[in-house]
Amino acid sequence: MALIFHRGIIANSQFFSRSSGVLFRRLRASRSCTSARGEGTANTLKEELIQVAPKRALEPNTHGFEAIIGIETHVQLFTLTKAFCSCPYVYGSRPNTTICPVCMGHPGTLPVLNSKVVEFAVKLGLALNCGLSMTSKFDRKHYFYPDLPKGYQISQFDIPIATKGFIDVDLPVEFGGGHRRFGITRVHMEEDAGKLLHSETGSYSQVDLNRAGVPLLEIVSEPDMRSGIEAAEYAAEIQRLVRFLGISNGNMQEGSLRCDVNVSVRPIGQSKFGTKVEIKNMNSFSAMNRAIDYEISRQVLLHSQGQSDQIFQETRLWEEGAQKTFTMRKKEGLADYRYFPEPDLPEVVLTKEFVDKLCQGLPELPEAKRRRYEKMGLTMQDVLFLANDNHVAEFFDASLENGADPKLAANWIMGDISAFLKNERLSITEIKLTPFELSELIASIKNGTISGKIGKEILFELLAKGGTVQSLIEEKDLVQASLIFPVRKASEFIIIVDPAAIEALVDKVLAANPKQLEQYRAGKTRLQGFFAGQVMKESKGKANPLVLNQILGVKLKGES
Amino acid sequence: MPPPPVRSPSRLLLCHCRLPFHISPQTRLPLSHNSSVRRRFHCSAVSAVSALSSDPQIAPTDLTTTPPSSHILSIRESLLSRRRTAADVAGEYLDRLRRTEPHIRSFLHVSETTMREAEEVDRLVASGKDLGPLAGVLVGVKDNICTAGMPSTGGSRILEGYRPPFDATAVRKLKEAGAIVIGKTNMDEFGMGSTTEGSGFQVTANPWDISRVPGGSSGGSAAAVSAKQCVVSLGSDTGGSVRQPASFCGVVGLKPTYGRVSRFGLMAYASSLDVIGCFGASVIDSAIVLNVVSGHDRFDSTSSTHEVPDYASFLMSTDHFESTPLKGLKVGMIRETIGDGVDVGVISSIKAAALHLEELGATITEVSLPSFSLGLPAYYVLASSEASSNLSRYDGVRYGNRATVDELNSLYGDSRADGLGPEVKMRILMGTYALSAGYYDAYYKRAQQVRTLIRKSFKDALEKMDILVSPAVPSPAYKIGEKVNDPLAMYAGDIMTVNVNLAGLPALVVPCGFVEGGSAGLPVGLQMIGSSFSEEKLLRIGHIFEQTLPNYRFVPPLL
Repeated sequence: MALIFHRGIIANSQFFSRSSGVLFRRLRASRSCTSARGEGTANTLKEELIQVAPKRALEPNTHGFEAIIGIETHVQLFTLTKAFCSCPYVYGSRPNTTICPVCMGHPGTLPVLNSKVVEFAVKLGLALNCGLSMTSKFDRKHYFYPDLPKGYQISQFDIPIATKGFIDVDLPVEFGGGHRRFGITRVHMEEDAGKLLHSETGSYSQVDLNRAGVPLLEIVSEPDMRSGIEAAEYAAEIQRLVRFLGISNGNMQEGSLRCDVNVSVRPIGQSKFGTKVEIKNMNSFSAMNRAIDYEISRQVLLHSQGQSDQIFQETRLWEEGAQKTFTMRKKEGLADYRYFPEPDLPEVVLTKEFVDKLCQGLPELPEAKRRRYEKMGLTMQDVLFLANDNHVAEFFDASLENGADPKLAANWIMGDISAFLKNERLSITEIKLTPFELSELIASIKNGTISGKIGKEILFELLAKGGTVQSLIEEKDLVQASLIFPVRKASEFIIIVDPAAIEALVDKVLAANPKQLEQYRAGKTRLQGFFAGQVMKESKGKANPLVLNQILGVKLKGES
Repeated sequence: MPPPPVRSPSRLLLCHCRLPFHISPQTRLPLSHNSSVRRRFHCSAVSAVSALSSDPQIAPTDLTTTPPSSHILSIRESLLSRRRTAADVAGEYLDRLRRTEPHIRSFLHVSETTMREAEEVDRLVASGKDLGPLAGVLVGVKDNICTAGMPSTGGSRILEGYRPPFDATAVRKLKEAGAIVIGKTNMDEFGMGSTTEGSGFQVTANPWDISRVPGGSSGGSAAAVSAKQCVVSLGSDTGGSVRQPASFCGVVGLKPTYGRVSRFGLMAYASSLDVIGCFGASVIDSAIVLNVVSGHDRFDSTSSTHEVPDYASFLMSTDHFESTPLKGLKVGMIRETIGDGVDVGVISSIKAAALHLEELGATITEVSLPSFSLGLPAYYVLASSEASSNLSRYDGVRYGNRATVDELNSLYGDSRADGLGPEVKMRILMGTYALSAGYYDAYYKRAQQVRTLIRKSFKDALEKMDILVSPAVPSPAYKIGEKVNDPLAMYAGDIMTVNVNLAGLPALVVPCGFVEGGSAGLPVGLQMIGSSFSEEKLLRIGHIFEQTLPNYRFVPPLL
């Protein structure tokens, strides 16, 4: 029996009440006539809702036209072996080192399905609220290209493993915020092709088959997006999802997450879609946003000049340098892939037990996390930040489990901790501070044991060299005393309290970071944390933070 | 209708002797049921081996009963008894191969290491270690079955010189059982054809009349066994490519159930129909080979996990041999296969074979498979469709012949134009057409529906009957060149066999008679079809049939 998730109503009432101050209305109204403002929200819940952001500078001027955007996303799964043979895949391996007769398409070889691929596909299907095909099959998609060893790609055609789902997205606050639900048409399993390496002279090309046969999930969205930021946020949410699920690293630079975007424009009120253009070569979400908005403007301009016949069904490449899209190839008629059922592979039959087990094992997904954080009373900015990265979310959740106040924990994580991570180029999983100690720190401040200021100092020590809040507080007490009566606390643990020594360290750090110093003096005072961290590092964690910060504060302001 | 072969009730006594005793006098006597298997091997070995070297040519009309012997068992026995060495046996086969090959041309490649491997077997014998069931047995392998380090071209110029980096699972299993691959046998390019005339390299001749085709596509494998160039051979059967040449060459040909033998290493023609099968001079030899190559393979998801019974050991037992050993067996003669368009000589041979089955105790009933005639068009649509896809990989990019060009489209176009033969190109075109948008439903999908009907009609018939019988081919072997320009006539010759592939069923072809032609007559094979995974039953019936069939001896005049 298939697990079917019904597509719900786009937005719930809570959503509306929460977003007071933000106006919702139908896209048509928003784009065409301002007098329609505020109308018809209640009876058009099923329509696409668009939030009118207070600042819309980045959105293209669409003058009575609307853009229709659909996205095909390829997610490379990080299974140990390829989809149909036992070759490993490691990004960046020397060309043609992870290949075998099967993924090279030698005569007589046969594909054998890696069961992990099915498992990952089911997980993603469930996470995207899709209906699962309890019996699906593989098909062959035919075309000739040197990176396609067999002359066909093993894919799924008419019975994909998952269909008819949706994904919930919260737009970034700086883009006006707002909640969206985008439809998912289908998710299917397929294999990747190899890569061509073209020589600089263009006189020859080399084929690297390392990637051939690596499992992919293709996610096809409904044409529900209307702007670059919506499309970028959709893709970002897919990335979060696959990372939360642990099925892909979702890395766009390595090509583990690739988006092909279809953009068309039509006059508002017209039901027929305009000619669609496919855009490729966007290596970041921000590039996606800009590429799509550029393409919308380009098409709107042609429309408004009566030149809509100059919009061709074609593939265009986004060029980062020019910030424009350029024609890559015009479609010469429709490609006929001559799909037919793959006779070398049996049908994929899911059992209810298998699906139930995977369903129970699903982690909390980004959307659920955001709604939970939101209910805690966190601001949307906090919510989006914390739920953006599963490791950050895990850290946050773990500190909450130890009783930390959500708002305070969020502040610490988003403020000093994230600044530290950024400076040190570390991920939250790599720092010495544990969620437990963060909760201890918060509790100690809250119950008045230490001041916020002291707390901050302790935090830096925890980040830099670990330890417990309890022991550090005890040390602080000694340190406070030692300011007056310098003593050696313990032979193996020397705190540098000598202001001259610390001052020397501070000078050294300031001299080494003139750029940051300049920024600080230009008003970016949050950089103090960075400098403190650097000095602490310089002292090998032994500088007394209080003394350090006092001296640093003075030095930074250039008062001495 | 010519009279059926002479049958004498006294011959039925001979059915006790399921092993070859055609020279030594004691073979004329029924063996006691208590006689040990080993002793019988002992007797048979002597006779079989001497038969190989010194048998005078016996015309098919000779009334002496000479049931086919197991060459595998006689080789085994002579090795175990140290009567002969594997090198001896190999030398004998190689000599004959060299002598006959200029006329027959059944091999595309003859191994250079055969003698060395035979000596290796002899060392194993000398050391007293256990011998595999095929120790010292020379096996011919159809050229579309991959053999590591040995050329494997599938009969196509596009793979000229290609040496696979791995052994097909079936070949690996043969080698593990001690077999020696003597060479690669000729075939119609990628299995597409019924004569071997479609080979990209050479035409094989029928050992019964070298002006005639050996059948195809596994013509080289059938001719090689018929001419005793090798002991047994592997073929592949997509639409009859084992059974039809077996019939033409007067050897036993077995097409197992789809999935019984791993296809890993078999160059795909039509993946949903392709099966690796085998040829032998006797049913026992085919059974022993099937035993070795059968079973699930983790490299082929379509291979079956169905248990593999010991096909050969079942045939050892003489306990089931009575005066009517097939008593109670319900045999259905497929009405559609013995009517219009079928050679009268073939029909009479098949009817005679049916009478023989009756004498063995079986009851023969005519059955009708109404969807039978639909099989041929459905087969050609499905097989061509799958072929158009499977052969896409021969593009000259990674292996095989590559045209010298400076542009990508020509790389594909020229490599394929130069490397592939006309029959292959025609089927790729047909298949590409059948799978094209707008035609898929009318051709591919419709053909799949026909396939479902055929499967069902066989299932229904095999619920009422134990086995079905028919000719393997509507005619005996025809002249080389006779049908080259008439592909439809050639395709029509597959009518008896393609339905079985569409239904995925096992079928055994056993020589059953002759029709006029050549210097010594041309053999005719009886096709026995069973339900899925009933190879054991087919082999048992085929074995009894073969060992009791009077008057015929299927040794071609060439030898």
